[in-house]
Amino acid sequence: MTPADESLGGTVNELFRRMLFLPEQASTVARDVDFLHYLIITTTMVMATLIFGTAAYFLIRFRRRSETEVTRKVEGTLGWEVLFVGLPLTTFLVWFFMGYHDFIRMQTPPPDAMDVYVVGKQWMWKFTYPEGPNAIGVLRVPVGKPVRLLLTSRDVIHSFYVPAFRIKQDALPGAYTQTWFEVTKPGSYRVMCTEYCGLKHSEMWAEVVALSPEDYEAWMQEQRRGLVARRDATPSAPEREAPQKPARQAARYDAQEPQGELMYGERGTLAERGERVAAERGCLKCHTVDGTAHIGPTWLDLYGRRERLTTGETVVADEAYLTESMMKPQVRIVAGFEPVMPTYLGVLEAAEVAALVEYIKTLRGARLETIRSEGPVYEPVGGK
Amino acid sequence: MNPSAESSQPAVTYLNHETTVGSWLLTRDHKRIGVMFLVLVILALLLGGIFAMVLRIELLTPGPTIISAMTYNRMFTLHGVTMVWLFMIPAIPSAFGNFVLPIMLGAKDVAFPRLNLASVYIYVAGAALTLFGMLWSGADTGWTFYTPYSTTSPTAVTPILLGVFVIGFSTIITGLNFITTVHTLRAPGMHWSRIPLFVWALYGTSIIQVVATPVLGMVLLLVFFERVMGVGIFDPARGGDPVLFQHMFWFYSHPAVYIMVLPAMGVITEVVCAFSRKNIFGYKMIAASTFGIAFVGFFSWGHHMFVSGQSTFGSGFFGVLSMLVAIFTAIKIFNWVATMYGGSIELKVPLLYVLGFIFLLMFGGMTGVAVATTSLDVHWHDTYFIVAHFHYIMVGAVLMAFLAALHYWWPKMFGRVYPERWSFLAASTIIFGFIVTFLPQFLLGNLGMPRRYYQYPAELQWLNVLSTAGASLLAFGFSLIAVYLLWSLRYGAESTPNPWGSKGYEWHSGSPPAPHNFTEAPRFEREVHDYTVPEAPRVY
Amino acid sequence: MSTETSPWEEHFGSRENQSKAAQLGMWIFLGSEVLLFTNLFVGYAVYRYYYPDVFVEASKHLEVGWATVQTLLLVTSSLFVALAVHYIRQGRQFLTALVLLVAIGMGVGFLGIKGWEYWKHWTEGALPGEYYRLAELPEQGASLFFTLYFLLTGLHAVHMLVALGLLGWLVWGAVSGKYTAEYHIPVEVGGLYWHLVDVFWLFIYPLLYLVE
Repeated sequence: MTPADESLGGTVNELFRRMLFLPEQASTVARDVDFLHYLIITTTMVMATLIFGTAAYFLIRFRRRSETEVTRKVEGTLGWEVLFVGLPLTTFLVWFFMGYHDFIRMQTPPPDAMDVYVVGKQWMWKFTYPEGPNAIGVLRVPVGKPVRLLLTSRDVIHSFYVPAFRIKQDALPGAYTQTWFEVTKPGSYRVMCTEYCGLKHSEMWAEVVALSPEDYEAWMQEQRRGLVARRDATPSAPEREAPQKPARQAARYDAQEPQGELMYGERGTLAERGERVAAERGCLKCHTVDGTAHIGPTWLDLYGRRERLTTGETVVADEAYLTESMMKPQVRIVAGFEPVMPTYLGVLEAAEVAALVEYIKTLRGARLETIRSEGPVYEPVGGK
Repeated sequence: MNPSAESSQPAVTYLNHETTVGSWLLTRDHKRIGVMFLVLVILALLLGGIFAMVLRIELLTPGPTIISAMTYNRMFTLHGVTMVWLFMIPAIPSAFGNFVLPIMLGAKDVAFPRLNLASVYIYVAGAALTLFGMLWSGADTGWTFYTPYSTTSPTAVTPILLGVFVIGFSTIITGLNFITTVHTLRAPGMHWSRIPLFVWALYGTSIIQVVATPVLGMVLLLVFFERVMGVGIFDPARGGDPVLFQHMFWFYSHPAVYIMVLPAMGVITEVVCAFSRKNIFGYKMIAASTFGIAFVGFFSWGHHMFVSGQSTFGSGFFGVLSMLVAIFTAIKIFNWVATMYGGSIELKVPLLYVLGFIFLLMFGGMTGVAVATTSLDVHWHDTYFIVAHFHYIMVGAVLMAFLAALHYWWPKMFGRVYPERWSFLAASTIIFGFIVTFLPQFLLGNLGMPRRYYQYPAELQWLNVLSTAGASLLAFGFSLIAVYLLWSLRYGAESTPNPWGSKGYEWHSGSPPAPHNFTEAPRFEREVHDYTVPEAPRVY
Repeated sequence: MSTETSPWEEHFGSRENQSKAAQLGMWIFLGSEVLLFTNLFVGYAVYRYYYPDVFVEASKHLEVGWATVQTLLLVTSSLFVALAVHYIRQGRQFLTALVLLVAIGMGVGFLGIKGWEYWKHWTEGALPGEYYRLAELPEQGASLFFTLYFLLTGLHAVHMLVALGLLGWLVWGAVSGKYTAEYHIPVEVGGLYWHLVDVFWLFIYPLLYLVE
């Protein structure tokens, strides 16, 4: 709670919040959103009492007194009907404009917002900072600075939800969506996936850790130093992933003990790492990246390509096939090539395989680049 | 109660004129078809209810309780599919609508009796396909079948998609039949301005059924093709847009809510009039608001997608239009309460359900308005708040109306009276149990518990336990109803032709009605629910 | 059902009313059918907006000339079906059957051309979704075009098959003397259905073949 909440408004706000079981208000929009909530609930309660009181009164006042009773015909008059339409219409429209005003604000990131990329995949959240560091399961942000999230998904639709911030945004495969928030007080806040995404949908949690600007800056400095240090110390060794705990264990969740945090100091994007791995491991001795055939099939446009095999079957070169070809190269050979590739099982780290696949994915011919991308394109918010 | 009325009860009724199994299975009598649908939808309700109970028991503890996550995910999908398509959409129109609509209009049958019979078997075929899918491996996509999850899920989504597709035809046929019947089979004297409001409600519903169902059919078929043949129309890897599916799906599925709610509102109108012995307050307003809902309902689907990345303007557009639906609903609520003014009210069980209906619809509707303000929906979208909101509408309102109709027309359909005290006990249990079940879910949603969650934060446990306790009360109430209604079929006292003294047009026929409804052509001399004269309507 | 001797049903009250009900029912059904196609048209509009150039290019792979022949066939067949309704109103059963047969012939011709076109697409790999093999055009967009092409024309072809069955049944009814100048509701209603299938094609044809 900020000190301003000692005021009467703050006390009333806190009373309502507790009555309605709302989570704490940790973002700049939360309090405005909740205000409308209180207003609507209060009005609903008053109206419901009035309508039900009226019904109960009628029930007693006009109870049946004899079996042969007749009633007078009562027709609705225009005045009543205007009241019946006008009263709710006015109320609802006022609420709508209050809500929509907030909604526009929630949909429009301020120009000075910092960007974080968010990727949802079954069943974890990955956060990437433009400065370089990545994190799975923990998003660290500074207090008092607007943060814009650019969300996408690797597989099915997910939804990024932080109850304490009153924000939620779907992460769609093949497109980017955005949302933003500004945290008002340091702490850690629960992130949940709210779009049903399969088996472990209810375990797809993460957390937002809000640090004071100084702590955040210190943390970011350390991350950058770590990147540089690791790069200097082990120029070519692949980063070993720490044994990863699930973002959440069983049903217990303790925000004080963040689990599953994983930071790896890595150079550049995954695809860039893949490019290095390809050179270091000798892949490029047999595979070209410019479309010409060599000892092995070219990697240009390989991803998603339909390859004919020596057996006469066809296969789509997806993640599964590419991985299989590294681990068990003799199983399915593309027609026209000799079975000469050695297995890389036990040679390549899991992270290296992923990096290679990502790298192959980026190798697209010019033909595809002329096509409009399916997702909206985001300019930097400060632009124009 | 009235000996002269007793004598007008036909000796030969639709129940006893033929009693072979074949005479039921091949019947073209709308009343028997209505009864068959009633049995079928009650079986579906039972099945969906069992799924719901399993879900609630699983949620007793924050971690795994009795079933695995995979089973849980299938269970909520099957609960949704069963309740929406097998129970709620056909419940009131196909069961009670089929039974009552032609009688209210003074017709001998619906316009196309053979098609009507076909609709039963199409429903059975679709339900069988769906059940087959459930038994095979069940689907785990949720009843909304969102792509790309539904196109990649390894479970038996395909037969369930086809089952729902097939059931759609049953819905379309019912709608087509009702519209044609209203236009061509009204008895002499049944002017447009005299048509009972239940019929108007069914007419509005039929329009939605005919217009929206094919859209759903096609979108399910697209998912089917994508699963079976990989046509990739919603596949982002081929340039498809998965959100397009949501637009197409909700274009049907939002109006589908009104397919469920409008007939329920029609039932409420009849019951309020009958037990208040009053004409309806604002006949034209209620009829007009029915069509208002039917029309505007088609243009509010986007409110399911406020956080899907749809444009801010689009969200505002759909938000305002959703408010309009609430206005039409508010009109009805005000008019029902106003109808009680100056009446001669007797609190029988159907009226108790109506009071429950109005109460729950009010909260369901107002939370709907709150969600339509867009900014609040961001917090509530896909949480238990939404779950509670639509259960207030679909269970709170539709199920209350279903039970009101069941109790109001039970003597009409079967000529038997059920025990009054037991029915009051059951009704109170159900209304109370409902509130205990779903009120905590609003609070869970406020706290931020997403829907379709197998496990949840431990601090939310007590609200979940409360909700499960309420669900047990609901189950108890339903069992009670099943027991005393079945009992009354055999041991209940025989009903008089018009036990409630109602002046709805359906009471022009006997209880149960003669095979072709009337023994002579009915005449409509008074407006519907005209209680300015004491004598009950003549039984023809 | 087979034991029934009169086609007039008692619960309608009058024959005019039965005819009116049948027509109204059919119109409602046709309205419902239109909405069945809506999704595909919407899908077409959305993806054409996403990939305008690819859609134009993909459209050039279709046989515009033959599609125009198909259009002419369908429009003419509708004319014959209208003639059939005209003749049966005068009670000329043989002539009705004859013009219906001509219409059926044209419908079969339509489907024949469609089948040949499908075969051609099969050989060149212009197929929907994961079967798409056409190298000249990017898979993103073009595969969607062919998905929509096959769904639209396929759904239309299914309707054609149903409508052809319906016409065949009408021919049989007309020949066996079931339909007379008084009772010919099935001919009118079946004719309406044929016209609808025709109208669908008049929407599909410009969208798929005449894209510029």
